[in-house]
Amino acid sequence: MFAYYLDLALRSFRRNKVLTALMVLAIAVGIGASMTTLTVLHMLSGDPLPGKSSELYYPQIDPQDARGMMPGTLPPEQVTLIDGMNLLRAKRADRQALMTGGAVPIQPDSSSLDPFYVEARYTTADFFAMFDAPFLYGHGWSGAADEAHARDVVITRKLDDKLFNGADSVGRTLRIGGSTFRIVGVLDRWHPNPHFYDLTTGSYNYFEQVFLPLQTALELHYDHNGSNDCWGNGTGGAGGIYPSATCVWLQFWVELDSPAKAAAYKQFLTHYSEEQKALGRFARAPNVRLDDLMQWLDYNGVVPSDVRLQAWLAFGFLLVCLLNTVGLMLAKFLRRSGELSVRRALGASRRALFAQLLTESGVVGLAGGLGGLLLALLGLWMVQHRSTDYASLAHLDPAMLLVTFALAIGASLVAGMLPAWRACNVTPALQLKSN
Amino acid sequence: MDILPILATLRRHKVILWLLMLEIALSCAIVCNGVFLIVQRMQHMDMPSGIAEHELVQIQQAPITPSTDRYARAQEDMAALRQIPGVQAVGMTNQLPFGGSSSNGGVMLSPTQPHRTLNAATYFGENLVPTMGLRLVSGRALGSDDYVNADAILKSLADGSGKGFPMPTIISSTLAERLWPQQNPLGKLIWLAPKASFRVVGVVATLARANAYDTATAQYSMIFPLHMGAGKDQSYLIRTRPQDRQRVLTAAIATLKQADPARVITHARKYDEIRSDYFKDDHAMAGMLVSVIVAVLLVTGLGIVGLASFWVAQRRKQIGIRRALGATRADILRYFQTENFLIVTFGIVIGMLLAYGLSLWLMLHYELPRLPLFYLPVGAIALWAIGQMAVLGPALRAAAVPPVVATRSV
Repeated sequence: MFAYYLDLALRSFRRNKVLTALMVLAIAVGIGASMTTLTVLHMLSGDPLPGKSSELYYPQIDPQDARGMMPGTLPPEQVTLIDGMNLLRAKRADRQALMTGGAVPIQPDSSSLDPFYVEARYTTADFFAMFDAPFLYGHGWSGAADEAHARDVVITRKLDDKLFNGADSVGRTLRIGGSTFRIVGVLDRWHPNPHFYDLTTGSYNYFEQVFLPLQTALELHYDHNGSNDCWGNGTGGAGGIYPSATCVWLQFWVELDSPAKAAAYKQFLTHYSEEQKALGRFARAPNVRLDDLMQWLDYNGVVPSDVRLQAWLAFGFLLVCLLNTVGLMLAKFLRRSGELSVRRALGASRRALFAQLLTESGVVGLAGGLGGLLLALLGLWMVQHRSTDYASLAHLDPAMLLVTFALAIGASLVAGMLPAWRACNVTPALQLKSN
Repeated sequence: MDILPILATLRRHKVILWLLMLEIALSCAIVCNGVFLIVQRMQHMDMPSGIAEHELVQIQQAPITPSTDRYARAQEDMAALRQIPGVQAVGMTNQLPFGGSSSNGGVMLSPTQPHRTLNAATYFGENLVPTMGLRLVSGRALGSDDYVNADAILKSLADGSGKGFPMPTIISSTLAERLWPQQNPLGKLIWLAPKASFRVVGVVATLARANAYDTATAQYSMIFPLHMGAGKDQSYLIRTRPQDRQRVLTAAIATLKQADPARVITHARKYDEIRSDYFKDDHAMAGMLVSVIVAVLLVTGLGIVGLASFWVAQRRKQIGIRRALGATRADILRYFQTENFLIVTFGIVIGMLLAYGLSLWLMLHYELPRLPLFYLPVGAIALWAIGQMAVLGPALRAAAVPPVVATRSV
């Protein structure tokens, strides 16, 4: 029966080629636009560390002075160096890492390469294990190396390719800003997007190429990048002059593998704040937060609002396209009232007529969906060649592919339902008589 | 033209009529808000920087090892850059309007007030007024006597002595007007920290911030006479004639490399590139909005063509009868044109309400201002025009139906 309906549908299309093409095109353009924008949105609001993100938490405490204190004020979004080191050394979480961004000059041994600057992350030992950073060669440095201000460095595969032609460089030395470091590990490709662990450097497509022990970097006064927030007489510093003690400028992350531990850790943050207040360092009542990774991204609103707006726009456009298709399909079906009446008079049930018409609209939807898919690929290709920060992230993954198709068929079936229902309700006798 | 028969006919096609009106209404809402968003973006992209944009080049450099005295290094570099033929002025700054990476400070009008009055950009640098081409509207420029080394100021703040303050500062006229409305800002004091006070000695017409997200605060800027020294976060700024920029840039890089081979040039570009880079997302968004509006109008237009064609085909016999009864071709043409005008008008009425609702929703979620009412006719005119263009073809075909059709059965 379905094959027969399909045949009928194709015949009907052949009779109204332009109109059919118009309906298919409208659905295709609508689906293409919606899927392009939805895919970008999906990519940007995705989980940078699937499976791990629910165990990572971002503690916030409030070390600011009493001036301007208001109930309900949120604590600063970063920590001071003193608090960061205190929390790090307290080791109350399963793992913890303190970090900040920077840039360092690399001096290659080979004379054919000029010195160049790369983005760097100054952090502590647990960073790599906490964030599931994959090692190609070697491993991270130890906690002891942190305290010893060791000249250890982890580089990325990209830098290893550039400096050592991709060879295993573990154990070799690297000159950074006049000091000699020992390479302990090479990271495989690792591009967490958004750059969740430090959102102050820009949320997307910011990748460090060098990871150094934090205390070593501070000792050598390597340049600091990122934002800082000061109070009192604090000053933000510049380059190798670091922000003062009354400034927040570092990020602190902890790993806690159960909600119970998270609750206990939040308790610890409150205790810590009280203790610091008793010591006279903190002036405010304990004001702590402990977001997990996805909550932290949400709190910071990392997905650009333009991207959301674009997705809404595209869906508005899809709605216009669908209304358009419903109208055209209805007009088309109603015009065939005579033909449908003959089928009814010959014994076809209303249900059979409905199935036939729905098949016809389903085929339009399928063709539109296919077209939409092609247009979405074209759209994503265009997005990739745009100069926005997130451009390179845009690609269609299998899940979104499936969504595109479901959307296309669903939309056109919904669009076909009303016309099919209206058309199969014709009164055969009346139609046949008037003809 | 009598519209009552048209309305009577339309009443027999309620479902299709409603679909078409909804489509037109939705298009109208999207077009009104879309045009408004485009205008907003374009105004944002037109934001003045206050500097001589087409005459500036920026060079950012960093030493590999911080061996030499960075203050002396900066003075030597600037002196060398001034020797390049075609260079009109050389300055140094920690940030540039629309440069992205910003340095800001919280401003207070007294050292003890509990909350900051506002946040403004803190430009640290040398020779900025003449190099950037800023227009001084009152007071004086900063002289060499005003300048101190950044280290000394940081030390004074760290030990709380307040030595060296108040320092002179130049602020933008927008900031002056916001801090002291209708008053002469010259000689007034501001504080960035309880011990850090600054006296306003000059006012420049316009100077935009590096991170000008919000139009209202985009021009809140202050310039401080600080020697920052050569470093990775500082930029040399060179002013030259527009046609000399590329040559001067190349020569400047060579000069800097020659003065100290052990350094890395991290950025060397014309200021125009900085501006276009900053607004690239707005540019992309405006482009996207234009495409959506064009596509919506196109789809709606094609939908009208399709439906009108169906109606014409369906009513061939009635048209024939009307012609046989004495209606002219023009009457038939006008019938379909009026019908379309009525449908589009109904759609537009719903569309206006929808546009307004959409605008309220956008205000709620995207911090956009309310849709000004004069954007509503924009959508209406666009849809009337599209409707009339779309219906013309089918209507002409209807007008061509000969009266003899009336005598034929199907």
